[in-house]
Amino acid sequence: MKWFVLSQTGRTLFPWLLILSLIVLYRGHNLPGGGFIGGLLGATAFILVGLGDGMAAARQRLRMDPVTVLGIGLGVAVLSGLPGLFGEEKSYFVDQWLPDFTLPLLGEIHIGTPLIFDVGVYIVVMGFVLHTVFSLDYLAQTDSRDKLEEDEKMKGGAD
Amino acid sequence: MPELLIVCPAIIFLAGFFAPLLKNVVGERAGYVLSLAPFSALALLLSQSGYVSSGEGLYYSFEWFSALGGSIDMRLDGLSFLMSALVTGIGGIIVIYTQGYMHGHPQLGRFYLYLLAFMASMVGLVLADNLILLFIFWELTSITSYLLIGFNHESKEARWKALQALLVTGLGAMAMLAGFILLAQVTDTWKISEINNLGDLVRSSPLYTGIVILVLAGAFTKSAQVPFHFWLPNAMAGPTPVSAFLHSATMVKAGVFLMALLTPALGGTELWGYTLSIFGSVTLLLAMFLGLFQKDVKAILAYTTLGVLGILTLLLGIGSAYAIKAMVVFLIGHALYKATLFLVVGSIDHETGTRDVTLLRGLRKLMPITAIAGGLAAFSMSGLPPFFGFIGKELIYKAGVQLDGLEIAFLIAAFFGNLVMMGLALKAGVGPFFGKPNYEALPKKPHEAPFTMWIGPIVLAVSGLAIGIAPFWVSEFMVAPAVAAIRGTELVHLDLALWELVKPNLPLLLSGMTVLGGFFVFLNRALFWAVADRVLAKIRPYGAEAMYERIFSAMVGFSKWQTAKLQTGRLHDYVFFIVGTTTVLIGWILLRSMDGIPTIQTAQFDFWIAGLVALMGVAALCATISKRYFLILGALGTIGFGIALLFAYYGAPDLAITQLMVEALTVVLFMFVICGLPAIRGFSGPWTKGRDALLAGSFGLIVALLAWLAVDLQFAPTISDTLAATSYPEAKGKNVVNVILVDFRALDTFGETTVVAAAALGIAALMSSRRIFKPKTEREAP
Repeated sequence: MKWFVLSQTGRTLFPWLLILSLIVLYRGHNLPGGGFIGGLLGATAFILVGLGDGMAAARQRLRMDPVTVLGIGLGVAVLSGLPGLFGEEKSYFVDQWLPDFTLPLLGEIHIGTPLIFDVGVYIVVMGFVLHTVFSLDYLAQTDSRDKLEEDEKMKGGAD
Repeated sequence: MPELLIVCPAIIFLAGFFAPLLKNVVGERAGYVLSLAPFSALALLLSQSGYVSSGEGLYYSFEWFSALGGSIDMRLDGLSFLMSALVTGIGGIIVIYTQGYMHGHPQLGRFYLYLLAFMASMVGLVLADNLILLFIFWELTSITSYLLIGFNHESKEARWKALQALLVTGLGAMAMLAGFILLAQVTDTWKISEINNLGDLVRSSPLYTGIVILVLAGAFTKSAQVPFHFWLPNAMAGPTPVSAFLHSATMVKAGVFLMALLTPALGGTELWGYTLSIFGSVTLLLAMFLGLFQKDVKAILAYTTLGVLGILTLLLGIGSAYAIKAMVVFLIGHALYKATLFLVVGSIDHETGTRDVTLLRGLRKLMPITAIAGGLAAFSMSGLPPFFGFIGKELIYKAGVQLDGLEIAFLIAAFFGNLVMMGLALKAGVGPFFGKPNYEALPKKPHEAPFTMWIGPIVLAVSGLAIGIAPFWVSEFMVAPAVAAIRGTELVHLDLALWELVKPNLPLLLSGMTVLGGFFVFLNRALFWAVADRVLAKIRPYGAEAMYERIFSAMVGFSKWQTAKLQTGRLHDYVFFIVGTTTVLIGWILLRSMDGIPTIQTAQFDFWIAGLVALMGVAALCATISKRYFLILGALGTIGFGIALLFAYYGAPDLAITQLMVEALTVVLFMFVICGLPAIRGFSGPWTKGRDALLAGSFGLIVALLAWLAVDLQFAPTISDTLAATSYPEAKGKNVVNVILVDFRALDTFGETTVVAAAALGIAALMSSRRIFKPKTEREAP
């Protein structure tokens, strides 16, 4: 049984929450925000959809296994350290900035390796939260005792 | 060309790396190809002999991680030249021998890999001129020899013995590393050649005794001195080429090599001299005593090796010019004849199927070439002229007769040791080939070993004879530089000529008595074998190996006991242990470091905050005593949101937002599982509850106290101002918290991110193994 209001809320808010999470991620370098909070917010977008339409729908929106997402995030975080190897004598793990430029609507844009690193953190956090939620949901769906016993019986019958 | 010092171990390593592949491509004949690696290394080393015999030495240095003292320093001097030539020369022969011995073995490629990796480590070990580098190669030899001893890994016994060798030598190496660190602290350098020039500084240091004890712990375990001798005979569980190479010619010599190498820095004191002499003599005598009762040819050889290691240590301890000369000559002679004898035993074992000396007789007719090699080696080992072993033994007696007072005991030990050793040499190298044949009693019908298996022994045995007749071939070229390196002196001319030694004096008399006694032992060998089983069974419970086994099983027992106590499998216990330990440790530190009651910071503490805190307190109490999930969840949520409000109020917006998000998600996550959970029931009695309440209360108090004190405690100047000041100019970010996370301390953040990923994988693992860990009662339910 779906709860209509929740389902509609989830669907409507989904893109906006994602955009909000990205904004929080981006502005983190100068104002409260950043990859961790952004990632949590991004995960909330999927969870909200999941609460309304079931986690299967949320999983479908993610398009891939959350563990894969997590791996991609780690990879991005690692790669963000590479430009520093070739940079000038800066000894920070990540500290390479492109020249600032201005975009309409958004104003002055800073893009550099710390941001890429933060993106990695964002993806890892999102993957982690979603993986946990999907797993717990799977447990809740299948772990009721009768379900388990049913599985066992079917297994026993097959043997 | 100094680079070749790194090239030598490198080519052998590379050959080992490609050995399995090569074996698949070339087939059985891979041994010939692979032996090129050690032989070419030998050729490279010999081409540099000019540097060595001039006393100049060859040095190579490559910066590695110099901040920690580890750089690739290598050196070719007399001692390392001698050792590396023996390792590569004998190594090449062993590789060829292996081809015949391991013929048709499915894991031949793997065996070559281990063997060559060991060889390369050994070459690296003797060429290293840096304590850290030496330690690394030292450990590599331990690991590769573990793999080699346990090569027959399907046998439980082989695995146990391999582990024994690894544990004993590994433990000693740990002590040795500590000794190295102390040595480097005293001398302020890791370079061995520099340390050896600072001998007076080392000897006058208050750390000297500690350094000697620690370094000798490493050397004694590796070279199997009493009381660590037991692993060496057990290491015979490995295939025979391994015994021939590792446990006679090379690895066990590493300990002796280390003592010789560091003699200029550590030697020359009574502590050093007497420790080495006493341990060496005891090892020699014990090994000879036990050797008398062995019936397995390989075991006999193992015990004589032990005895030789004792003699070498004893000679290093005596330390006089003659003693060092004797030590070098004896080392060369031993490497040649002992490798030969092991290979001969391997051939006998291979062709007859047994190594029992009571069965082996009269093989000379069927295995003539092997018999010649065995006989020559046995004579050299017996110290008969004109073999090289004779020169070694004469020099030992020459060094011995110079001793006076109580030190004469060392000469007596050496005399008896040599006497029994000769008996054992004849037992192992001559006995199997003479006497009335009894081919029917043997498991296999014997015949001569194939070419690959007799060429090596015969070459080694003949060279032992050749350099005995013409010692000048090696004296100026190998012996003199090695003696100079050990004694830390200038090169001197050595007179090793055979006729110089054959003069009617006390050493020659001792030598003659040794030969007579040795024959006596050989002829009466059956007497010892008759009582062997009874004697060995009687002394075994008092031996060092029994002690090792007791310690080993005690450690395993303790480990099992404490695991059972701590890892109960109950979440309740885990939480109790973790929180309890934290409370005790932090509480102890806090109480110790606290002087007086700190002042309370009352700034910005107003009515609303007080109300909020009170609310959170009530919620905490509620969460503790309630038995309804929704109530608990609500109470925990109240606390969490309260903390978020506090963060926001005191100006930490990042933390506040994060806390809010986490709280919200926690509530959502709980919602999934709450329906599936069974009702809360009381499992704990009042005593447990009281204990937990006490612990929880004190933990809370400690944390509160810690937070309170943290404001005042300042161990080092604060860096927050620096970070705040540099945040924008250096990292172009105004949010200091974020700048720290993604820039200043990005590596830490990355570590934390990895932890998050690992936790996720843990969840995945839990999910997939859920059924395995299902409680028993549930599984039995109908």
